[in-house]
Amino acid sequence: MRNRFVATAAGLVAAFLGFSGTAHAGKDLDAVKSRGTLNCGVGIGTAGFMLADSQGKWKGLSVDVCRAVSAAIFGDSEKVRYVPLTSQQRFTAVQSSEVDIVMGNATYTLTRDTALGLDFTGVYYYDGQGFLVPKKLGVKNAKELNGATVCVAPGTTTELNLADYFRANKMTFKPVVIEKVDEIRSAFFSGRCDVYTTDASSLAATRAANVPPPQTFDDYMILPEIISKEPLGPVVRHGDNQFADIVRWALYAMLEAEEYGITSKNVDEMLKSDNPAIKRILGVTPGMGKALGVDEKWVYNIVKQVGNYGESFDRNVGMGSPLKIPRGQNALWTQGGLQYAPPIR
Amino acid sequence: MAVESLGSVPRVKVAPWNDPVIRGWVFQIVVVGLVGFLAWYLVSNTIENLQRQKIASGFHYLEREAGFEIGDTMIEYSPASTYARAIWVGILNTLRVAVLGILLSTLLGTVIGVGRLSPNWLLSRICGWYVEAFRNVPLLLWLFLFYKLISEAFPGPRQAISMLWNSVFLSNRGVYFPVPMADPIHKWMGVAFLIGIAGTWMLARWGRKRQETTGQPFPIISAGLGILIGLPALVWLAGGAPHHMSWPELKGFNFTGGTVIQPEFTALLVGLVLYTSAFVAEIVRSGILALHKGQSEAAAALGLSRGQSMRLVLLPQALRVIVPPMTSQYLNITKNSSLAIAIGYPDLVASINVTINQTGQAIENILIIMAAYLSVSLSISAFMNWYNKRIALRER
Repeated sequence: MRNRFVATAAGLVAAFLGFSGTAHAGKDLDAVKSRGTLNCGVGIGTAGFMLADSQGKWKGLSVDVCRAVSAAIFGDSEKVRYVPLTSQQRFTAVQSSEVDIVMGNATYTLTRDTALGLDFTGVYYYDGQGFLVPKKLGVKNAKELNGATVCVAPGTTTELNLADYFRANKMTFKPVVIEKVDEIRSAFFSGRCDVYTTDASSLAATRAANVPPPQTFDDYMILPEIISKEPLGPVVRHGDNQFADIVRWALYAMLEAEEYGITSKNVDEMLKSDNPAIKRILGVTPGMGKALGVDEKWVYNIVKQVGNYGESFDRNVGMGSPLKIPRGQNALWTQGGLQYAPPIR
Repeated sequence: MAVESLGSVPRVKVAPWNDPVIRGWVFQIVVVGLVGFLAWYLVSNTIENLQRQKIASGFHYLEREAGFEIGDTMIEYSPASTYARAIWVGILNTLRVAVLGILLSTLLGTVIGVGRLSPNWLLSRICGWYVEAFRNVPLLLWLFLFYKLISEAFPGPRQAISMLWNSVFLSNRGVYFPVPMADPIHKWMGVAFLIGIAGTWMLARWGRKRQETTGQPFPIISAGLGILIGLPALVWLAGGAPHHMSWPELKGFNFTGGTVIQPEFTALLVGLVLYTSAFVAEIVRSGILALHKGQSEAAAALGLSRGQSMRLVLLPQALRVIVPPMTSQYLNITKNSSLAIAIGYPDLVASINVTINQTGQAIENILIIMAAYLSVSLSISAFMNWYNKRIALRER
């Protein structure tokens, strides 16, 4: 609570004094360049998406997008300072210039894109809200949850979707709303609630990493219903179009690289490719970097240092990780998924 | 030359910029002007910045549908209610825990404070340890501890501990117990109870007067209890004695029927009361110690028992020392109740938080929360100041 008040207070002070202005385009990018680091707001900790390891190094799919932006701007994916933010703090933090990007698993919605003075620059993960239940409850689908007590984190779209879903299905529930993720998980695992609801990705992370012994991974299941669309996207301040473009295309570059089979392993050989699209992407044929206002080798740097989208997905949340989330909707459009990058040309 | 009265000292003619009176006025006007300008600058700059950042402003959102559910409400509420009502639910929840907390911590704190002065070595030590233990550990940790105790130690609803012939159930979902079904007569029973309070008060005044004039004591406590219980009971009988109860029953995931005291509320109330009563105890102790020991000696000389001298002689005088610092404890309890958010009790801060996040209108919501806490705190202060004046030593 204190932290949130600090962030809110910082936002208020910023609003009062007016140093959060977005008076002319390019201001945010200039600030990032002159500072020499990208300030990236991340969530407090979701395995696979954003979590500091034992050395304090942030890792995850969301973190990789910040690294890609850093690689595009500086040619170095490590020039990022990570700022952990709760779901309450994150928008105020970006509004007040405390951070340049928020990668806090924030759902892309109309209100957030408009009324909050923010811009979403794409979707790095197509998520949806699900329900985690203990198997011993004997529940097989969400329609059986009438009268259940539900653990939920406050101030997110999750809380609204939950109420909407139960209202639409003429069911009732009792919410238990705790701000700290650790506390809400512990309330759920101790049986204070029947159900824990949040984005399915985060449920998978919780099930993989947080079940307290003697209970195990297999004592819990995620119900088949996904009750909402939760496209997770990077958030930047409204006003600096050039900076927003770089963030947008850094993500697209990761997708485009996967589509053309460019990986961190083969990117050096790909520089010799005859394919005109690959030559354009990797800056062998110049022009794209200039148009975006970054180095011509921007995609090369991203793929070399961070990897393409598929590599990042597998390493952090996919089959190469403890989460074992299938690609599903997050497969490329060529594989029947939703991930689609406009052409880099 | 004789000294003339000060008022008629002829004013020496000086230039206006050297005249202290005029200078005084000028400085005050300049200060007021500067403060006013600063306020205007901050407000207008904020509004301008909000508009430039395209952040919505104004209080219209209060009439929109809130869309989120609240777990513990004293009034009718659903996700279809407005934000204004959601915030009101939060205010009532904060008031509920604050009022109960103030009452209980005053009682417990007084008992412990008096106990600490007891000649009984063990009792005074236990009270001393209590005070040190609770004062020296942050409240938040106590709250986590009590919440964990409740949610870990009690079984789930399907294995609930049943008590009193299957009418009361203890589980990690709270304490479920039966309540009478709503009946129109309940409202009239409430009215009868209020009349009972007024009657008891008048009876107490009359009883005291009689004792002062004739020396005859009047059993005011038993008479008062008789009135307070008897009047509503008579009304209940007159209304046909409706006795349908709503019983808690395990249905599906949880109990339905009856009523429930939820773990979050219990943990918060217990934490606040135990923590604050340690401070109250110290205030009570210091208040009693502030009295001259002649007071207790005189009371003993009159043949009053220890309890009587405490109740009739020492505490009433100690109140003059106790009440002012007690005011800050009451304010603390109210403000500390905002830690509720850490253990999931839906208080004012929780409602405002969610509202800020759903609407993005931080400034308006922060203003509301500030206004709410300010008015509660000022009301408590005003009441305590009034009470302090009433019990103050009146010199005749």
